Amino acid sequence: MSPHPASENSGIWKMIFGRLDWSAIPLHEPILIGTFAMVAIGGIAVLGLVTKYRLWGMLWNDWFTTVDHKRIGIMYMILGLIMFLRGFADAIMMRLQQAMAFNGSEGYLNAHHYDQIFTAHGVIMIFFVAMPMITGIMNYIVPLQIGARDVSFPFLNNFSFWMTTAGAVIVMMSLFVGEFARTGWLAYPPLSGIAYSPGVGVDYYIWGLQIAGIGTLLSGVNLIATIVKMRAPGMNMMKLPVFTWTSLCANVLIVAAFPVLTAVLALLSLDRYVGTAFFTNDMGGNPMMYVNLIWIWGHPEVYILILPLFGVFSEVTSTFSSKRLFGYSSMVYATVVIAILSYLVWLHHFFTMGSGASVNSFFGITTMVISIPTGAKLFNWLFTMYRGRIRFELPMMWTVAFMLTFTVGGMTGVLLAVPPADFVLHNSLFLIAHFHNVIIGGVLFGLFAAINYWWPKAFGYKLDTVWGKRSFWLWVVGFWFAFMPLYILGLMGVTRRMRVFDDPSLQIWFQIAAFGSLMIAAGIACMFVQFGVSIKNRDKLRDTTGDPWDGRTLEWATSSPPPDYNFAFTPVIHDNDAWADMKKRGYQRPLSGYEAIHMPSNTGTGIIIAGLSIAFSVGMIWYMWWLAGLSFVGILAVAIGHTFNYKRDFYIPKDVVERTEGERTALLATQG
Amino acid sequence: MSAHDHAEHGHGHHDHHGGHAAHGTMGSYMIGFGLSVFLTAIPFWLVMTGFFANPQTTAIIIMAFAVVQIVVHMIYFLHMNTRSEGGWSMMALIFTLVLVVITLSGSMWVMYHLNHNMMPMSVGDMSQMP
Repeated sequence: MSPHPASENSGIWKMIFGRLDWSAIPLHEPILIGTFAMVAIGGIAVLGLVTKYRLWGMLWNDWFTTVDHKRIGIMYMILGLIMFLRGFADAIMMRLQQAMAFNGSEGYLNAHHYDQIFTAHGVIMIFFVAMPMITGIMNYIVPLQIGARDVSFPFLNNFSFWMTTAGAVIVMMSLFVGEFARTGWLAYPPLSGIAYSPGVGVDYYIWGLQIAGIGTLLSGVNLIATIVKMRAPGMNMMKLPVFTWTSLCANVLIVAAFPVLTAVLALLSLDRYVGTAFFTNDMGGNPMMYVNLIWIWGHPEVYILILPLFGVFSEVTSTFSSKRLFGYSSMVYATVVIAILSYLVWLHHFFTMGSGASVNSFFGITTMVISIPTGAKLFNWLFTMYRGRIRFELPMMWTVAFMLTFTVGGMTGVLLAVPPADFVLHNSLFLIAHFHNVIIGGVLFGLFAAINYWWPKAFGYKLDTVWGKRSFWLWVVGFWFAFMPLYILGLMGVTRRMRVFDDPSLQIWFQIAAFGSLMIAAGIACMFVQFGVSIKNRDKLRDTTGDPWDGRTLEWATSSPPPDYNFAFTPVIHDNDAWADMKKRGYQRPLSGYEAIHMPSNTGTGIIIAGLSIAFSVGMIWYMWWLAGLSFVGILAVAIGHTFNYKRDFYIPKDVVERTEGERTALLATQG
Repeated sequence: MSAHDHAEHGHGHHDHHGGHAAHGTMGSYMIGFGLSVFLTAIPFWLVMTGFFANPQTTAIIIMAFAVVQIVVHMIYFLHMNTRSEGGWSMMALIFTLVLVVITLSGSMWVMYHLNHNMMPMSVGDMSQMP
């Protein structure tokens, strides 16, 4: 932040606006101004269209205030996709900068801007792309897979979504008002302390993550309670679909790990706001403690991201191989073992910090041990495919791409787990290549498999395969182009987060990587075209059976999209792969005997509290104490007020259920 | 609640069925309350009177009382036993304990070795080295 002009530094201005003044608007950054103009024009266009077609009422009543887990799941996915575009824009800007900044060229990004970009890229991709998308998939699918009508706490679900969105809004706000952190995505002190980062960047980071963290934690609690308490009769834990199992483990990890993040960020904010000395250089503070604590959250977080996708790959592999998953119970035990081991490896993120040989070798070995259950999973998928009737539809293609890509990433991970090797590779581009290899190859490919697999369930029509395949090939090939050069550069000793380079012989590798990222950009474009084309041709792609892939788990037993109440009758479970078992035993859909169904009511409390949380965060970030105080009181008032709302449930009348199910009966009859 | 049988597996009404966790009696709450007061008062008294000359002894005793206090709260106020919620409470407790032990002992182990191996970070700390 540039120093405040004297005129704006007066008492009354400071009292109202804190440290906000005109210098916070980045008028000197043409890229940001251009982006702002685009966002403003686009935003006004969207708002105008919504107003013109009178969609506000529909949006508010059917979506913003909904407590239906399916709609909330879809909103999570939309949030994730939007933030993905932002995170990817950051990525491609970095790739272009690094490909250009050779031979004395400074590239096109100044250091102040570049450092914000790499921080924002990491924060957004993990917290606002990967997390919302896996939460969205879990939200949509888990209740359907266990035969439930909603999650355990439907209002909490809506609230969690809006808190996550509020965090995303706070991070996006930093683009145009003030700045974002320039510290890297984990904001290590002392750099993130008030002495070295006096601006608002780190405060944006802290409050964005704290607000979103509330949402993540609560949705973790919600999904655990749902899986433990709301399974259909007969579905004991060892009959649970694998995706639900992996979701359960991921959510247990969320509930156990996220409080650590909250605590460590709270300690950092105390350092920044009230002058404590937890992580400072002097006064007895210890910045290494921050690194230690944040990775106690950070490593489980990695498994929070990947475990649900392991579940997706299990469902996809067994569905498209038309057979039962090989080694169901070993898959479950592998998941649980990974979940527990994920708490025993955090130090491998800072082998070089100086804990010495005994500590390093312990954590090196635990890290290598994790590859055993993970390897067991891969063999389970391979043996599932073995002698299966494999249908290479898009979800299966993404799964095969995952197996190849993730295995390479896993092997470089084991390489990094060897402490002496890590001393050479730490903080190098080799590390960057490794974690992109597992996160893109595992999490993103998994999400794309999941989107292609469950889209027909959510919307009632399949996704277009031509554009899907274009997207697939561009993505997979682009990934290898973009990240293999980074392995090579890392082995040559190039460190991460560099803005300019001296050695001209390195440039070609960065240019190859930039080419790869352009291919990925084309892949992303094809994916959005795929969505657009599929929506346009939805009548041709329509699936009326509710079971387009010959699925095996319960979500395929109901219609696509499922009715608000999911299942008119709660199914009774006799075997794993409940729906495959029901089909085999000649299940007949009951056509009468419907009853009124008890459902939770919509409420706007979630979005209101999330809005107030944004105001609170703005107050805290810019030192507008009156705003922070008022909005905090507002949050408490709305939360307490909500406890007096007794209109929380309603009944879907019997005749509505009868009509809905009757329509489905007619539709199924046309299939013959 | 009508339609109770459907509600059970349908959605978020689980106030009275499901776990069948025993609700405490007046007597058990009073025992819990008494124990909590007792377990709070003794550490308070130890600190205020300076009963032990060595503050480290006091600190260790306070921590021991704190652990007992946690157990008292779990049994008398949270009604935890090996059977509540079909064993899920106990499993969650064991999981939590495992993670807390890993986190605390691991952090102390890591930080101890770090302090042992590395130079202090600031001049101030350095000047206090033996």
